[in-house]
Amino acid sequence: MDFLNALVALSNFVLVPSIAYGSQLALGALGVTLIYGILRFSNFAHGDTMAFGAMIAVLVTWGLQALGVSFGPLPTALLALPFAILGCIVLVLVTDRLVYRFYREQKAKPVILVIVSMGVMFIMNGLVRFIIGPDDQRFSDGARFIVSARDFKAMTGLREGLAIKTSQGITVIVAVVAVVLLFWFLNKTRTGKSMRAYSDNEDLALLSGINPERVVMITWIIVAALATTAGVLYGLDKSFKPFVYFQLLLPIFASAIVGGLGNPLGAIAGGFIIAFSEVTVTYAWKKVLTYLAPENLEPSGLVQFLSTDYKFAVSFVILLIVLLFKPTGLFKGKVI
Amino acid sequence: MSESVKNSLLFVIVGFLILLTGFTQSWNAAILILNMGLISAIMAIGVNLQWGFAGLFNVGVMGFVALGGLAVVLVSTPPTPGAWAAGGYGVVLSLLLGAATVIAAVMAAKKMPKGRAQTLTIIAILIVGFFIYRSIFDPSIAAVEAINPAVEGNLGGLNMPVLFAWPAGGLLAAGAAWLIGKTALGLRSDYLAIATLGIAEIILAILKNEDWLARGVKNVYGIPRPAPVVGYEVDLQQDPSFIARAEWFGLDPITASTLSVKLGYSLLFMIVLLMLLWMAQMALKSPWGRMMRAIRDNEVAAEAMGKDVTRRHLQIFVLGSAVCGIAGAMMTTLDGQLTPSAYQPLRFTFLVWVMVIVGGSGNNFGAVLGAFLIWFLWVQVEPIGLWLMNVITIGLPDGSGLKAHLIESAAHMRMLTMGLILLVVLRFNPKGLIPEK
Repeated sequence: MDFLNALVALSNFVLVPSIAYGSQLALGALGVTLIYGILRFSNFAHGDTMAFGAMIAVLVTWGLQALGVSFGPLPTALLALPFAILGCIVLVLVTDRLVYRFYREQKAKPVILVIVSMGVMFIMNGLVRFIIGPDDQRFSDGARFIVSARDFKAMTGLREGLAIKTSQGITVIVAVVAVVLLFWFLNKTRTGKSMRAYSDNEDLALLSGINPERVVMITWIIVAALATTAGVLYGLDKSFKPFVYFQLLLPIFASAIVGGLGNPLGAIAGGFIIAFSEVTVTYAWKKVLTYLAPENLEPSGLVQFLSTDYKFAVSFVILLIVLLFKPTGLFKGKVI
Repeated sequence: MSESVKNSLLFVIVGFLILLTGFTQSWNAAILILNMGLISAIMAIGVNLQWGFAGLFNVGVMGFVALGGLAVVLVSTPPTPGAWAAGGYGVVLSLLLGAATVIAAVMAAKKMPKGRAQTLTIIAILIVGFFIYRSIFDPSIAAVEAINPAVEGNLGGLNMPVLFAWPAGGLLAAGAAWLIGKTALGLRSDYLAIATLGIAEIILAILKNEDWLARGVKNVYGIPRPAPVVGYEVDLQQDPSFIARAEWFGLDPITASTLSVKLGYSLLFMIVLLMLLWMAQMALKSPWGRMMRAIRDNEVAAEAMGKDVTRRHLQIFVLGSAVCGIAGAMMTTLDGQLTPSAYQPLRFTFLVWVMVIVGGSGNNFGAVLGAFLIWFLWVQVEPIGLWLMNVITIGLPDGSGLKAHLIESAAHMRMLTMGLILLVVLRFNPKGLIPEK
């Protein structure tokens, strides 16, 4: 029975990774949920928007590195982030102007907008592949760890090490900053309030003189910023690969729906729920249990409920359970 | 110009495009486009059943296509010697126990009074059931996968003629669709889309990871061909009467044999396509088809008229998925191998959607036309893009990084083009090339 070591192993392999992953999902889900709340459709191009923003960050990072600019122990990509956000904003605003606005004026059915977003997804996917190619790109630099496993062991004298990657620390900090800014904006500023009013009741908002096109524009700007941030953080933490962002679509949608579509608080909660369940269910618990179980009762197998390749299944099953038993999501979103 | 003349003309144009490929590139390439066009047309009919007839938004086509491929392995490959004795029965038993666990949990959820006792019972059933299932399942698959892992390591199939696998693929896809539809069809359109997207990923994950089933990412090779319609090139090249016929056409025996094999597939695919097209047309014109469109256009009104909307949706969802499964089985037969990692959602789900929407959703002939046209473009955009890039970069000096990058990226023009086509058609001609009547 070795409670401390078990706790450290648990933090190292489950808690820290899922907090980082959860923050990334939450940022992604916030974008999906905002689009749903204001523009009223499920944006299938969101994963590829993330990929596009992250791609600009990768390119700018390479440029900065070539110029010899660095950010000390922090990854240079953080310096590139504002440029990437700007680039992504331009892209989504152009897309909105050329593509989505037409259907908004026609008051097209949401499902038509979903199909349109499929077309946008193709184009963004093609753009990203065209510019940077379909392969893995590494762009993280700076210090790799805040706390490395070896230092931790030396510091505490425990058998288990706790490693916190710089990217994980940055993910959490940036995500917290982004979410605080977003909530301050939505709740305190006049524009944010008009956005919430528009989301709650479109007709009433129009009657009270809110300019819908302005609301939509600001929504896209925020969504682009969130998507780029999420994309860059995910890329720093894992690696940048265009196709992976498309696959993130499912856990992101699951997070947004589990929390309640259209509800920003729900999106954050949903992100963490999905991330924690994915990691917990696919983690091999043998190590932790060996520390916890009494002598001679250690588990013989890996005690892994599902192999990591089935992590999609986890988010999907949670999604289904929530949809069947609480269609509005945990935080009272809207029913599509 | 009357309606039917215009539509026939569209088909003639697509046929001409394929012929042009034959004359300018090679006949093998042209017939390959034709064959995959036929398969795509069947997938498009399936999606058109769901979307065009009933307005169901299924973005899990890839999953059903892959299930069709799995059916080919399970039906037509020879069984692995000793695999069933080693662990096959254990696998089946454990899967049955797993299903029984889920059913017991569902029963508990339905029959027991709500409350803490119910929740605890459900959790207990699931946990106990899971551990029993794993305790039988794990050793069984280990035993199966240990048998000659370099070429086998799976249960193998029934060793039946591969043509039986096509309806079997439909049945397998239909079964999966029934399960999904039962749970997800009560949900509204966006949720169904996300649910089907997830299901497709899960089906693919199972195909990639369950080596005992179809060797996972190690792929299954050497799937038998539908003899006698489709022969083997080597045999044909030895056959004197075939060589004589090839000479009569003025072809060398090797080219003639490859063409003959591909044309054999074309013939089979054409028969299936015509059958399914005829059935879909009959369904569209029947009272059932009218009811489906009534439900699509106004669910509330249809329900008020006493139509059981959820049941009808389930019915057409299963039918459409079955058609996709048949197409998937045919495709795996054509490839002669099952490669789970080749299934990409952009290619197998979203491209089929582009076909249906460009062709004309709600019209079977439109879906078929769209399938041929879009497949032709999908194949040809790459060489066209390469040519375009070469033209654009002609002014750039050789060896410049930009030139190399642009030429290299030409391969990714496909996605861009498909997205553009979809958006342009949706914007300017949302009813498609052959609109619904």
